[in-house]
Amino acid sequence: MLHYMGRRLLQLIPVLLGMSFIVFMLIRAIPGNPAQVILGQQATKEAVEALNASLGLDQPWFTQYFRYLGGVLQGDLGVSLRTKLPVSEEIFPYLAATAELALFAMIIAVIIGVNAGIISAWFQNSWFDYTAMVIALIGVSVPVFWLGLMEQWAFSVKLDWFPSSGRENVRDPITPITHFYLIDTLIQGRFDQFTEVLKRLVLPGMALATIPMAIIARMTRSSMLEVMRSDYVRTARAKGQKMFVVVYKHALKNAIIPVLTIIGLQTGLLLGGAILTETIFSWPGIGRYIYEAIGFRDYPVIQSGILVIAFIFIMINLIVDLLYTVIDPRIKYK
Amino acid sequence: MKKKKFWSLGVMLILVLSTILAACGASDNKDSGSKDASTGGDTASSSGKTELVYGRGGDSVALDPAVVTDGESFTVTANLYETLVNFGEQDVTINPGLAKSWEPSEDGLTYTFQLQEGVKFHDGTDFNAEAVVKNFERWKAGGEKHPYYSTQFVVGDTQVIESVTAEGDNTVVFKLSQPQAPFLKNLAMSPFAIASPTAFEANEEGLSTNPVGTGPFKFVDWKRTASITIEKNPDYYIDGLPKLEKVIYRSIPENSARLTALNAGEIDVADGLSPSDKTSIESNDKLQLIERPSMNVGYLGLTATRAPFDNVKVRQAVNHAIDKQTLVDAFYEGLAQPAKNPMPPVISGYNDDIPGYEYDPEKAKALLAEAGYDGKEIELWAMPVPRPYMPDGQKIAEAIQKNLADVGMPSKIVSYEWATYLDKAEKGEADAFLLGWTGDNGDADNFIYALLDGDNIGSNNYTFYDNQELHKLLVAAQTEIDEEKRNALYKQAQEIVFADAPWVPLAHSTPILAAGAELQNYIAHPTGSDRLDAVYFK
Repeated sequence: MLHYMGRRLLQLIPVLLGMSFIVFMLIRAIPGNPAQVILGQQATKEAVEALNASLGLDQPWFTQYFRYLGGVLQGDLGVSLRTKLPVSEEIFPYLAATAELALFAMIIAVIIGVNAGIISAWFQNSWFDYTAMVIALIGVSVPVFWLGLMEQWAFSVKLDWFPSSGRENVRDPITPITHFYLIDTLIQGRFDQFTEVLKRLVLPGMALATIPMAIIARMTRSSMLEVMRSDYVRTARAKGQKMFVVVYKHALKNAIIPVLTIIGLQTGLLLGGAILTETIFSWPGIGRYIYEAIGFRDYPVIQSGILVIAFIFIMINLIVDLLYTVIDPRIKYK
Repeated sequence: MKKKKFWSLGVMLILVLSTILAACGASDNKDSGSKDASTGGDTASSSGKTELVYGRGGDSVALDPAVVTDGESFTVTANLYETLVNFGEQDVTINPGLAKSWEPSEDGLTYTFQLQEGVKFHDGTDFNAEAVVKNFERWKAGGEKHPYYSTQFVVGDTQVIESVTAEGDNTVVFKLSQPQAPFLKNLAMSPFAIASPTAFEANEEGLSTNPVGTGPFKFVDWKRTASITIEKNPDYYIDGLPKLEKVIYRSIPENSARLTALNAGEIDVADGLSPSDKTSIESNDKLQLIERPSMNVGYLGLTATRAPFDNVKVRQAVNHAIDKQTLVDAFYEGLAQPAKNPMPPVISGYNDDIPGYEYDPEKAKALLAEAGYDGKEIELWAMPVPRPYMPDGQKIAEAIQKNLADVGMPSKIVSYEWATYLDKAEKGEADAFLLGWTGDNGDADNFIYALLDGDNIGSNNYTFYDNQELHKLLVAAQTEIDEEKRNALYKQAQEIVFADAPWVPLAHSTPILAAGAELQNYIAHPTGSDRLDAVYFK
């Protein structure tokens, strides 16, 4: 087990190295120049060149790359060209904002998705099955952008149930401690703010949850159908076990493994892929942080932001792989 | 048996979900009811509201006006800091600011400013002549770190401001190395606001995140990409101002989400709305439409170094081919006027005698035939981002494509990501491209020289148009301090631009904002930086 983990962590090194190199070269291959963007359209050529030199962007690419890499190895993710703040400091609030939203969305997606999948498999070809799968099909195909705007229109403007955008009520701001606002408000004993934060999570959370929810539901259903046909399930039913126990205890345990893989992958995807949701709901998350950095050609932020997301993505998948052994004792890593 | 269990499970699920929803819904209604009451506090105005939430498209880059060039930074800094002279409420006339009066010398080389007395920076230190001198010394020494200082007060290698000296506590004398006609207009620009020397001497870059000025509001807090909070400066030197206790700038990047937030009462002002939202705002009696006076131009640039636009007849033909009035009606919702000059009519020196190219496809065809145009397809570049002067680049490009096809010029529409678009256009890679400009200081030089002079090829002159005669006029106008003579030079310059037709000037648009109906005294400034000191709720 430890040996396996060690090997997986070692694999991280070439993956992250290759990743950082590709990102580094790609963002330099696209036209556009950070100095020009910083100085604005008015700037003269001389000023742009001078700024390029002071930012170190006139150096050959390998010098720049190895200098960056050397920094990263010492935990220095570079300094944002735009805000002049260290990326390692700046990135955390964004990461926390996205993580909070993604986890909330994933909880919705898993609870509803897994249960819908199970019930659909249990009552295969019933009206519930058909309805759930049609909804799931719509769920994977609906544009998040449209869904978000519709949610805002229906639940904020028409019904006035939830705030339309933002992470907090700006008139009653939250003092960040961990930058996970649900936790921060609890620490400070501000339950009014806690419900406010929770309410603000609902609309973007639902928008973000739709696609993973649909994928999880479909995956669970097909995986469950397979397991339900196996001998041991038939034996359990022949023994006179209650159907509920057969489904949720015996069948689910074997059916959940491929679902778990999907959950892991989807959680990772949500971290970097929440950008549309973040834009519509003006959520100050990591997706928007990196997207805006691309517009400004803020190289250190783009490089390090993607590196951090890649790292978390890999870690989540490692955790999922380790979870397999907990759920299925037959799986052992050497 | 089977059915029953399924039903009970389903019912349970629905029950759980609806309880959650109901709980959220109920508590929200309660909150929104108490929200307004709680924000009111101890105020005198009748609605009790003294907190303004300002919704805008993007966040600021930094709160040190000297180091930034983006409008969203100036939107905030204009309320934290003040300049020596101010623009008029809704125009670019020069009015007293931190300087209560000033006297230029006969030759235009010396300016003497008398400063307001008893003004203090937010950190408690005194604003005085010494502070002004230190700010100018900082900008001058900073080089490219202070981009606007180097574009407005440096010509070639020459520093326009030779020296700034304090004479006593309240008098500052500027000595210039050459007369600069827009000198006072430059000083009124947001980047030249005076900051506390104590603050920037302690930490040169500290102002970016911890601004210290003399303005009507003080900085409180900044949550990046989310919100910036500023509050009333109780020691502000003008009695009774500001009227608001607190202003919160919120970034809501999506235009329609911003309008939704305004409709839901989450914000009080929504900046940067699309012209297409005009009708829905006007038909809603809870909202008011605010128009920002126009100080911009949207245009179609014709790169003069690329065939077929290296031929002046082809450029003139394209000017005749495009139906500007229809563009304005269709895509600006009437919130624009068709343009005939490279600068808007509010700018002094505007030449209204220029007839403009009337929409005349027949004439265009004749000119194209005369030029010997071979029918080669051109690339038509569409702006990928909406701007006040170009609300929808793609659709405008499609309309222009149709106009050009009508006179026998086939075109292909292309678009790139914004920074790429500017970079490629700057290198002269576009045949015809949509672009625009919003004035910085309301001066003709900031339009014609910045956008069409040969000096600015590789910078803002994306058409590579270079006319020596025009250049001479523009350079002469820069140092001409007699307003009438100067305007005559610009009128002549516009005639040359008209004849050479490096652009198709399309429109001068009126950007719009919306606010709750109870908001009073909101005055939108043409430069885009709005002062909020006199704003209040009814």
